Amino acid sequence: MHIELREIRKHFGSVKANDGISFTLEEGRIYGLLGENGAGKSTLMKILSGYQPPDSGEILINGKPKQFASPAEALNNGVGMLYQDPLDFPPFRIVENYLLGKDGRAWLDYRAAEAELQGLAARYGFDIDLHAYVDSLSLGERQQLELIRLLAGGAQLLILDEPTTGISAEQQEKLFQSIHQLASEEGKTVVLVSHKLHEVQQLCAHAFVLRRGKLVGEADVPCSNEKLVELMFEQVPVRSVRPESQLGEPLVEIRDLTISTYRLALKNINLTLRRGEIFGLAGLQGSGQELLMQAVAGLVKPESGVITLKGRNVTGRSYHQMQAAGVGYVAAGRLEEGLVAGLTLTEHVVLAQPQYGFLVDWDRAKEETDARIRRYQIIGTPQTRAAELSGGNQQRLLFGLLKEPLELLLLEHPTRGLDLRSTDYIWELLYRRREAGTAILFMSADLDEIIERSDRIAVFSGGLMSRVVEAGKTSVEELGHLIGGQA
Amino acid sequence: MNLRGWIARAWPAVPILAALLFTTILLVMFGASPIESLEAMIRGAFGDQSKTLSVIAFWIPLLLSSTGLLVTFTAGLWNIGIEGQIVMGAIAASWVALNLEAPSFILIALEIIAAMAAGGLWAGLTAVLKTRGRVHEIFGGLALNNIAIIFTNYLISGPWQPPEGGTFRGTQPFQAAALLPRYANSRFSPLSLVLLVIAFAMVVVALRGTFWGLKLKALGKNLRSAFLLGVSSEREVILAMLFCGALAGMGGAVRVLSWFDSLRQSISGGIGFLALLVVMLASYRILWVPLIAFFFSVVLNGSITLQLRTQLHSSLGGILTGVMVLFVLLFGDANKLRIFGKKKSHE
Repeated sequence: MHIELREIRKHFGSVKANDGISFTLEEGRIYGLLGENGAGKSTLMKILSGYQPPDSGEILINGKPKQFASPAEALNNGVGMLYQDPLDFPPFRIVENYLLGKDGRAWLDYRAAEAELQGLAARYGFDIDLHAYVDSLSLGERQQLELIRLLAGGAQLLILDEPTTGISAEQQEKLFQSIHQLASEEGKTVVLVSHKLHEVQQLCAHAFVLRRGKLVGEADVPCSNEKLVELMFEQVPVRSVRPESQLGEPLVEIRDLTISTYRLALKNINLTLRRGEIFGLAGLQGSGQELLMQAVAGLVKPESGVITLKGRNVTGRSYHQMQAAGVGYVAAGRLEEGLVAGLTLTEHVVLAQPQYGFLVDWDRAKEETDARIRRYQIIGTPQTRAAELSGGNQQRLLFGLLKEPLELLLLEHPTRGLDLRSTDYIWELLYRRREAGTAILFMSADLDEIIERSDRIAVFSGGLMSRVVEAGKTSVEELGHLIGGQA
Repeated sequence: MNLRGWIARAWPAVPILAALLFTTILLVMFGASPIESLEAMIRGAFGDQSKTLSVIAFWIPLLLSSTGLLVTFTAGLWNIGIEGQIVMGAIAASWVALNLEAPSFILIALEIIAAMAAGGLWAGLTAVLKTRGRVHEIFGGLALNNIAIIFTNYLISGPWQPPEGGTFRGTQPFQAAALLPRYANSRFSPLSLVLLVIAFAMVVVALRGTFWGLKLKALGKNLRSAFLLGVSSEREVILAMLFCGALAGMGGAVRVLSWFDSLRQSISGGIGFLALLVVMLASYRILWVPLIAFFFSVVLNGSITLQLRTQLHSSLGGILTGVMVLFVLLFGDANKLRIFGKKKSHE
């Protein structure tokens, strides 16, 4: 299949997300689509996959102009997209989820669907229990499932939007293998949307680079990293250096903490956080890191054990009480848990600030919002709605809403999906926080990030916490062993 | 403002016009003259002073309830229980009217306060069932609606039965001092209009300018995020329901104290459900709410005359309003329909 994009334009308010982009995709090749956050990668791919229409421009498939009103229509035309967050139905069983994607039938033929799924899974080397519920799968397995659904739907062009965020190294390897197989043996065209250079270098044959809504360059890969970085950022960004700092007195003590949910039990967690300390939590998704953070944030009630903050027992306090005590919490889902999609930046700032009376002073609020937009380098205006911000800017807004000062900051995947520059910027903000004496407890799927940014690290595996290791004296290999459950 | 802006502003009128067209076709199919019917309806609503005043008198409790619903809708709550809240307000006002004796202005003040408290209490029950008992407000509200209606029937046929024997239709008329002062022998009470204006202004200010209004808006759009930003969802949900219930209760008091003069079997007359339709039709455009409520009042009052003049049943008014809501739900959102081409869609 031969796909051509011609002069695609799309703007949101005054932001030109796509500003006249044209390129061609040939059959059987793997392309990389690079660019920093907000460069317009996701917008372009959502247009190509029928998720949203362009303002102007054309999509030609095998020379014929096409318009897709929905992702389903795009898939009927051979274009399938794997979104960053899988579009599946967690309370369904896998077979049901699969059948749901195939409409136009009055009766559900479970047997045929199972056979079809088995066949596809075997062909691409995926190992999935068809009777399991979708929400019992890891993110990586859900991706595999979604990929199978797209292939069964007849996708000739596969668009993968940041597919490696949040999945394990093993799953990533498997994913890359199947992508290779799809392109070389079955002639599928693949577009990998990413800001991770090494992935593009490893997997792709050709890369397109977007910057501020325009196609600014392309290159056959592998090529030098510097070349791609320069295209992405105009100049090579300076990496922030992790400042050394002295750890202060103990701030948070966690003693024999036990938490049970229907899925996972955390047993006897012991941990001490000191002022100015950055503590990293590693582990596969759902191994217990989230649960620990949520317990400290007051979102989950522990079964037993004690949490103290500044020497005071705060076990079992509510989230809002913990907030008042100086604990900040930033969840992974930005628009689901943190920002309200339909509210403007100003409205967010008003909500996050302490209330000063009965009526909102909107002029004052707008000034404050302007100040924060400048301080946190958010691309947007006070009237912009949170949903219109790019992922990186949403994350900046979330940090811009946190109270000043904070005793303890809990972060789930603080830089997930962010490019180099945004990631560096977020960490600079965090380093400033620690200078002010805030302790930071964060989790990440990126082991390099954990080792580079933390003072100390603990690894979770199936609800058990490993011994605490010094970040300076460990390696990705050691953490990998711990993640696998080997002490 | 450009043309597109004006179209977007005037969009709520489109389903109304479409519904009128649909009703016209219905009339023609039944062999009635649409012009004659429309004329009869307009005459029924504005034919003479007393008719016009009836339209206004019906509009007031309807708009009071709609105003309350603006608050709960903003908070993302489906306050179906508003019907029961109106009924409880009416019962509380009736209790004061039947049992206390005082100068008129004190009595009226007591009646209004009691009605607001009872309506608020009834709504508060739904709210607590939701936040503490995890009962969705739709189900809690429906259950409490039924209980309120059954309670009215019990009172009318039991303890509050007129001395000359129960008729199942209502209590005996209240003492004159207990009734709202009415204008020119009509059912319209200027005092209720004053209360309405105050309530509506309060809600406009609350939703546009206060911290509370913003919190409700955040809750309505994303409960989880609002909670994480520091909004106490339980407190605000209960407050929003109490507020709405109090206004609905006031509406109930206006029904018994000026539209009627006693507690009747179907005291609300479906005003609560009608108010839900009004607010849905307005879809968050606050200033459209009074206009739409007024339009509903005109149609429903006009159709009574329509029945007398032509042989058409007065339920035609009900059909018209029902069809209108259906049309709003069908194509009320101009953006979803891509009426303005592709440029408008914000995904």
